[in-house]
Order: sequence, then C-alpha cells, then structure tokens
Amino acid sequence: MTQLILFNVFNGLIVGAFYALMALGLSLILNLSGVINFAHGGFLAIGGYIAFTLMPFIGFWGGLIVAPVLTAILGIVVERFLIRRLYGRDPLYSLLLTFGLAFIFEDGTRFIWGAQSLPFQVPGWLVTPLSTDYFFLTGYRLFMVLVVASAVIGLFVILGYTRLGIRIRAGTLDLETVSVLGVNVRVLRSMNFGLGVYLAGLAGVLAVGQLGLQPTIGSSLIMPSFVAIIVGGLGSLPGTLLGGLLIGVASGLTTVFFPSASEAVIYVMMAVVLLVRPRGLLGEEGRF
Amino acid sequence: MSKDLFSIPVKRRTLLEAGLAIGAMQIASPFVVKSLADEPVKIGLDNPLTGTYAAVGKNELIGCQLAIEQINAKGGILGRQAELLVEDSTSGDAGTAVEKARKLIDRDHINFLVGNVNSALALAMAGVSFEKGVLHIVPGGHTDAITGSSCHWNVFRVCNTTQMEANAISGTLIKDYGKKWYYITPDYSFGHTLQAGLEKAAAALGGIEVGGDLTPLGTTDFSSYLIKAQSTNPDVIIFLTQGDDMVNALKQAVQFGLDKKFHLAGAQQELEPLEGLPPEARIGTWVFEWYWKQPNVPHVAEFVEAVKKKSGRVPTARTWFGYVSTWTCALAANTAKSLEAVKMAKALQGFKLPPEIALMPDGAFYREGQNQLIPNLYVGNAQAQGSEPDDLFKVTNVVKGADVAGTLEDTGCKLTWPA
Amino acid sequence: MTSVGFNKQSANLLVWLLLLAMPFWLPAIGGYVELGERVVVLGLAAMAVNFLLGYTGVLSFGHAAYFGLGAYGAGMTIRYLVPSTGLGILVGTLVGTLAGAIIGPLIIRLRGVYFAMVTIAFGQVFYFIAFRWNSVTGGDDGLNGWTRMPLNFGITTVDILHDTRAFYYLILAVFAVSVGVMAWLLRSPFGRTLIAIRENERRARFLGIPVDQHIWMSWVISCCFAAAAGALYALLNNFVDPRALYWTQSGDFVIMAVLGGMRSFWGPLIGAAVFVLLQDYLSSQTQNWMSFVGLFFVLVVLFFPRGILGAVRRKVTS
Repeated sequence: MTQLILFNVFNGLIVGAFYALMALGLSLILNLSGVINFAHGGFLAIGGYIAFTLMPFIGFWGGLIVAPVLTAILGIVVERFLIRRLYGRDPLYSLLLTFGLAFIFEDGTRFIWGAQSLPFQVPGWLVTPLSTDYFFLTGYRLFMVLVVASAVIGLFVILGYTRLGIRIRAGTLDLETVSVLGVNVRVLRSMNFGLGVYLAGLAGVLAVGQLGLQPTIGSSLIMPSFVAIIVGGLGSLPGTLLGGLLIGVASGLTTVFFPSASEAVIYVMMAVVLLVRPRGLLGEEGRF
Repeated sequence: MSKDLFSIPVKRRTLLEAGLAIGAMQIASPFVVKSLADEPVKIGLDNPLTGTYAAVGKNELIGCQLAIEQINAKGGILGRQAELLVEDSTSGDAGTAVEKARKLIDRDHINFLVGNVNSALALAMAGVSFEKGVLHIVPGGHTDAITGSSCHWNVFRVCNTTQMEANAISGTLIKDYGKKWYYITPDYSFGHTLQAGLEKAAAALGGIEVGGDLTPLGTTDFSSYLIKAQSTNPDVIIFLTQGDDMVNALKQAVQFGLDKKFHLAGAQQELEPLEGLPPEARIGTWVFEWYWKQPNVPHVAEFVEAVKKKSGRVPTARTWFGYVSTWTCALAANTAKSLEAVKMAKALQGFKLPPEIALMPDGAFYREGQNQLIPNLYVGNAQAQGSEPDDLFKVTNVVKGADVAGTLEDTGCKLTWPA
Repeated sequence: MTSVGFNKQSANLLVWLLLLAMPFWLPAIGGYVELGERVVVLGLAAMAVNFLLGYTGVLSFGHAAYFGLGAYGAGMTIRYLVPSTGLGILVGTLVGTLAGAIIGPLIIRLRGVYFAMVTIAFGQVFYFIAFRWNSVTGGDDGLNGWTRMPLNFGITTVDILHDTRAFYYLILAVFAVSVGVMAWLLRSPFGRTLIAIRENERRARFLGIPVDQHIWMSWVISCCFAAAAGALYALLNNFVDPRALYWTQSGDFVIMAVLGGMRSFWGPLIGAAVFVLLQDYLSSQTQNWMSFVGLFFVLVVLFFPRGILGAVRRKVTS
C-alpha cells in the first residue's frame, strides 16, 4: 500500500508537470492580456499534428523544435488579426472569440488529418522503463519532465532577465504605465501570446508521445489547466506551476482510494482553496 | 519501418481528397437523388460525425453510402430509389441525437432510422423510434439492453451484444494465459455489461477477478490505473476501453513494459484504434466483429475493393455495420413487399442475410424474438504488421455466433407487438 | 416618448403572438414543433444567463451546471420519487437554485474573466458528479427509463407525451411565468440597482449599496431560471445526459445572449432561435458544421458585438 501511494505521488508529479506546462501558457496570456484562451487545446492539437506531419522529414527531435515554433507563429497571426481587435472591449468578446476558434481548430484538424487517431512514434529507446520496480518512470516521461523543467526555467529566465520578459511582467502589473513609458504594447502582447501558444505547441508534441493523436486531444486537458491556475493563484506563474503539480498528485492519489472521484477531486480542491484563501495559494492580494 | 513512414502522407492525401469530395458533394446537393417517377424511399442516418466517435461514425457512413449505391443499381427498394439522409448526432449529446431523430421522422418522413455508435444514444433514439413506430437499425451500439431488457419490436441490431463477445473470448484467455484477470473498464453501459459478461463467462471456467477500475470516457492518462493493475499481479490485464481511450491505454501500458510482465487482452477490438497505435503497441488477444481479410469467403474481396475505391482505405467492422444496416432496410421492405414497419419487422424475424451482404463463413441471421443479428466472431491477436498494410489482426479462431449468443431467455428480451 | 412606449408594447405583443401560434406556423414553413420547443427552452436559459450578464454586468460561463441540475432534478424526481411532471419541474428548479445559492458566496467577490473562469470550474464539479455517479445519475449513459407524465388537472388529464402541441404549451406556460417574473424584477428598484452596479460598480458601492449581496441575489435568480429551463429540457428529451452540464453548453448560452443582443430583454430569445436554426440547418448540410458555427462566433464577436436587436435599435435611433 505504501508503495502504491509512493508510486502515485511520483506519477502525479509527472502528470502534474504536464498540466503545468499547459497552464503556464494559458496563464501568461491571461495575465498580460486578460484573455482566456479557450483555443489553447486546439493549439496543442495543432502542435501535435504539425510534428506528426514533419516527422518523416525531420524526425522526432526536429519536430520537437520546429512544431512549437510553427504553432507559435500561427498563434501570433491569430492574435494579430483577430484577438488584437478586442483588447479594451469587454473580456466577454475575446472569450467568445477563442471559444469559436476552438471549434474551428477541432473541426479543421479533423478535416485536414481525418478523424482517425494517427500513429505517432517516438524514438524506441525513450519508451522503455528505466527500472523494473519504478516501471512507470519511462525514459519518455522523465524526458517530458526535463522538457517541462527547462521550459519553466527558460520562461523564468526570459521573464526575469530579458527586456521582453521584464516588460511582460511590468505590463501584467500596469499596462497603461508601460505604454506611457514608450513600450510598444501591441508588439509586447503579440510576443507574449506567441510565447503562450509556443508552450501549448510544445505540450502538444510531448502529449502525442503518450496519447493517441486525434482532433479532440486538447479538449480534455484544458480544464485541469484552468484549475491549476486558480489553485496556484491568479497572476502568479510560480503559483500556476505549483497548482499543476498539486492537482496531478491529488488526482493520482484519489485513484488509489476513491477512483470515481479522481476527476472531481481537483475541483473540490479548488473550492477549498477559494474558500480558505480566495486569491489562490501564491496569488497576490488584490489582483482580481 | 521507413516504408511505413513514407506511406503515411499518401494515405493522408487520399483521405483528404475523400473528405473534400464528400464535403463538396454535400454542399452542392444535400443528399438529393430523386427518381423521376416516384418519391424516393428515405433512410435516415443519425450517427456521430464529430467528437470522440467521429472516426468510427464516418466509417459506418461509408458503408451506408456504398449500400445505397448498390441498392439503387439493383432496382432500389420496392422499385423506388433509395435515399440516405445524414444527420450528425454528435458523439455524446443525447439532446441532439434525439432532436435529429425527431427531425428525420417528423419532418423528413423517413422510412427507416439507422444509428447509433454510442449505446446510450442508441437507446435514447430507440425511445423515439418506438414511440413513432419506425423501423430502426442500430449498426454499432453494443450494450446488451438494446436487444435485451429494453428491446422493442421495431429495433434491430447488427453489431454483437457484449455478452456474445465475452463468451467468444473468455475460454481462449483462461486456457492460454491464466485465470487471474484485472479489468480496465470504460465507465458507461457498454463497459459495464462487457465486464459483467466476461466475469460471468470466466467464472464458469474458474476465472478470478483480482481487481478492476472504471475509467471515464475520454480518459487520457491511464498511468495511475496501470500502477494499480500491476500491483495486483494478474495473469491478464483486460482492456475494455474503446476508440481513443484504447489507443491511450495500450500505448501507455506498452511504454510501461507491462506487456512483458502480463498478457494484455480484451474483448472487443477494432481496426481503427490499431491503426492509431504505433507498431510496438499493436498487441494482445481480442475479438474482431468482422475482418477484411477472409481469403476463403466469397464476395469479401469485391466488398473490400469497392470500399477502397470509395474511401481509399480498407473496410473495418464499422464499414460493414453500416453496409449491413442499410441493406437490411432494403431487404426488409423487399421481402415484406411493404414499407409498413410492422410487416417489415415481421419479415426480418429469423431472416438470413444473403452471402454477398453477410460476408462471413457461416452467414448471419436476425434471431427471432430478439431482433439481434447472429454473425461470426473473429478471435485472434493484434499484429504490428501483416502481409499487407492494414493487415493488423491475425485471426486464430472463427466462432459461430449461435454458440455464444446464449438462449433467448438469457437475453431478457420480450418483444410485444402492436395490436 | 409615447411612441417608444407604444413600440415596446407592440414588440411585446408581436413576440407573444408569434410564440402562441408557433405550432401552427412553424410546420408550415418547413420546421417541426420540437424545434420550436427547443428554441423556447434554450431561449429561457439564455435569458436567465442574460439576467446576470446583460443587466448586472457579470459574465458566467458555467450556467450549464444549473441548467443540467434542473434537468437531473426533474428527471430523477419522475424516475425515482413521484411520477409527476409538475413536481419534476418544481424540484429541478429548486435543486438548481439551491446549488447556485451555495456556490454564490464562493465566487461573488471575483470579477471579469476570473469570475468566468471560476464559474466554469465549479460547473465542472457538477458535470463530473453526473458523469461518474453511475448508480444514481446513470453516468455517461444518461438518465433514462422515464418519460414525461400526463398533466393531471383534477377534472381532466392532458397527455403531453404524445401530444406535442400540448407539451409546447406547457413549456410556453413555464416560459411565460419565468419571463414575467424576470421582467417584473428588472422593473423593480432591485432591478434598477442591478443596472446601477453594471454601469458603475464603484459608485454603487459608494452609495452604500451592498454590491456583493446584490450580485449574489442576481446570480441565484439567474441560476433559478436556468434550472427551470433545464427541467423543461429534460422533459423535452425524456432523457438527461451529462453533456447538458458541460462547459461548452454554457458557452452556447452566452453566445445566444450576445447574438440576440444582451442589452435587450428579448435579445437572448432571438439569439437562441437563430443559433438553434443555424446549427440545425448546418449540421444537416455539412459534416464540417463545427467550423461554420465557430466562424459564426468569430463574425458575431467582430462585427455584431451588440447583437441583432442592438444593431436594429441603433439603426432605428440613428
């Protein structure tokens, strides 16, 4: 039993790391532009499909590098031509727009690549367990955690030390002042949106190593990411990371004791957090 | 290996073209094939085209379309042209499925209703068709109730009941792989009845259930269930999930190396998920409900060719379900010489499908008093790559449906005919 | 002034006449009565969402939960407790209202997108309960094995199961009561206060209005009518499944409200009619209807943010 719990804590951290990757992208966009990107799951699927299509030419590793970039470019195009028009209007509109985009992305991928799941193959040496006892620690999952960790570190380095990052953070706190200080807020928002979508694309490539590649692949992943953001604290990226890991573990542990509540448990967790600490675990006071 | 990778873009392109052609056809002329002399006989298909079941739903659609073409080429239904009206039921929204069924019946005045892949939607639609007295064929919803406790005089089913699939495979599994089973079961009526069926069949042979989990439809991460499964040290892990969930579960089980420790198996398997799996994960012992490679059965090769010409892919069991469902409508009317639902339903009691429709070594018939098609079942193993592309299943044993269908009393179906 | 009042009255009269005569003119123009029933039921839900969105200025993206609770409440009452349609509607409405009242205090302090996010997430709790609590709700298979029961008026019973027109008028009666109550509330001082909060929350607070309490009340009222619509939806299908609680259903309600015009009382009903007809038509014409519906969302947001009635009114006033 202890072993089972231990395994599930480990496993939950791995699963949670993946949620965190998606949630970080959502959180970036939400914090700076106040847009809930419902199409995030769609971008994830597109990242996976692009990687699949490019695989015969550039292999898995090439796809891992190129596909998220292409997805990010698509994201920037969407931001430039659609979402940008809605800044400054009621957030309702950007929300409905991305909701509609999610429909188009799901249906579009089905139209282009078919409804049938596609066989995506990652290098064979990655998909074997590293140890017979900890069989769930496959090379691929460890690799996934490493990618998430480096993406997170990279993100915090960008946000902490580059000009773009510092501006994003400043903009999150007070966009008006940043604008008055002569920063081109439009470009800033585009780049930030692209960065968020890049993370979705990366999550997409990583996901198809483990999951079947089909048009609805992203739709079941988006809600846990929402919860990760709320639990971690609105406006706080470290909070989002923490939230992702927590819900991964909570969901894994619940599977041991009360499997039919393993999805609902994360929402219950969210309710408790909101009740005890309405701003979320690491959220700043007065941010919402 | 490299051959496999290069063949994919070609497949995709043909699929794309097929999709474009279907899309263009629908926008240009919405399913209208009117004969000059008479109103066409209408068959309404209310089946998923979007969502989780879109892939299998579209395969059933192709089977229906092929059957319509053949029916019209062979003189139609009672001398009139047959027309297929297609509605997207969505994969899980009963409200939409029921509304579409009403629309087809009340506004379009269809003569036959066909659908659904999703057992729950099939049952909800059966409520409507029964209320309105329309002959209804369920191509691919497996839960037992449809031709069991909730059976109706007007509702016929082509695919097997879960109990039939369970009976067909449990003997092989216990004999060859062991008695201790762990179940990974999808949490909806199909999964529940399939597991119950297996438990019943296994218990009779001394099988033991060492544990099990109910996983909701749309589960992506199976790792915590797999961790639980391995901790009970079973002989066989039984995967009853379907479609995308099957792909996710098997992919992860193989990555965890569980295939090297235990035998992986299940009851129902289909070509669609096997095609979605990477070669190393195409493993396990399963039941197929129809398979395209039956070299010794007449007419199968022609059917495969016709479907390939239409969709660019080999037919799956789903294509066959759609094909048989639509042909059943035509055969029922032509045999009864009437479009009255009661007369047609009576004509189908014990009706044996002609060999060019049945496409099975022992043929197939609708069992009297239950309205359930009794076909052959194909037990065998998934394979990474067969002699041809798409040959992903090795049939080891063809089971006669009558041997696994149980008695009529077992099914719990009591038909009451309208006065 | 008088002409505006007259216009409003004649518009109301027109809407009611069209609704009352629906079973007669809709089949004549190629529709079917169930389609009309669906429009009225979903229209009520969209109007309930708009009570909060259009008149209080608070965006809920989780109303499907209360709609679905109403549906399960009605279905389960008939299935397990008492085979009575009237009681089903009552219990369904109460269940949804109660759930809204309990969730309310957890969320009313949030605003804007954050409010929307948290309402979605809470809605999902109910979705998963319905989805996984198999033995009671029927889980993914839905709650079946029941049908709407004949209405018993003492002197006579009306078979609303087979007589679709009778059932339509039952729906319309519930709709009329709900809409009447909403209109009355909006005209009361309470409704005026809600609009004041929508226009300038800070000022309302300075005036000493207990803003959170008002938003909570508006939220509960909105949940109540969404639940009533849900109860009718269950009766309409003789079936309930968890999709009725899924968050995308909430999105549909919001788009209906926006499409019709969220600053107009009848807007959401018109939005529901357009949305239902469009989806019904497109999904019979093309397999790729989702793309068209999605595109439609995008176009509405970009070019018709005030909705149909908003655009019409603008034209009339200019």
